[in-house]
Amino acid sequence: MLFLKAFIVGGLFCVVAQLLMDLTSYKVTPAHVLVGFVTGGAVLSAVGLYQPLVNWAGAGATVPLTGFGHLLAQGAIGGVQQKGVLGAFSGGLAAASAGIAAAVVFGYLAALAFRPKG
Amino acid sequence: MKDDQPLEIQKKQYKQMVDGVRPRPALARNVFRAFVVGGLIALIGQFLINFYQGRGLPLTEAGAAASATLVFLAALLTGLGIYDEIARFAGAGSIVPITGFANSMVAPAMEYRGEGLVLGVGARLFTIAGPVLVFGIVTAWAAALLYYFFR
Repeated sequence: MLFLKAFIVGGLFCVVAQLLMDLTSYKVTPAHVLVGFVTGGAVLSAVGLYQPLVNWAGAGATVPLTGFGHLLAQGAIGGVQQKGVLGAFSGGLAAASAGIAAAVVFGYLAALAFRPKG
Repeated sequence: MKDDQPLEIQKKQYKQMVDGVRPRPALARNVFRAFVVGGLIALIGQFLINFYQGRGLPLTEAGAAASATLVFLAALLTGLGIYDEIARFAGAGSIVPITGFANSMVAPAMEYRGEGLVLGVGARLFTIAGPVLVFGIVTAWAAALLYYFFR
């Protein structure tokens, strides 16, 4: 059942992005989509709406980039709870560090190992 | 074309002809593809989380390991040129998942490797990831400060 929920919620996030790209007159590039979803995820997380979605849909909520925003926001808020104001600076990146480091390391290695097609 | 008709009606007929010939907006098809591919990537993510949990990781760590695995796969598929093919088919379905974030790092870094390891690969890795991190970190920081002052 969790798999079905993950599929549906993960798919719906992409539908929202596709509609934004196809229906708005402003030129919405993939960069705008990614930035918008991270920001939106962090805001939804801060007002307490995103964690329930993660509990309900698992990877359906954590795999889209909104989940990355959620991770950053919850990390920063958790940091504030533990360390005060300094935690607002350290908590976000600490929570998202594995994903960011993986993206930098694998991205760098892939860019070295492969040549673009065509 | 009938010359005896008023110009208004001729215009209407012309508009109907144009609408008939113009390609249908591919919206429904794009949305369907984005849903299926985006959903499948999330589904793979869920399989990975369950797999890592089965190997004894707590949920948070299993999630991080699943993300790292997806990022690895996306970097590999981008290098092989396969992710671009998926993206052409899936549109937003391949952009929104964390795999799209990884793709947005690898693709320009590969493209501009000729400009050197520092200003080519190193800088271009963050062409899109840079703005994503800027807005993500600032929003999270602001949310945490609001929480600090108004909880």
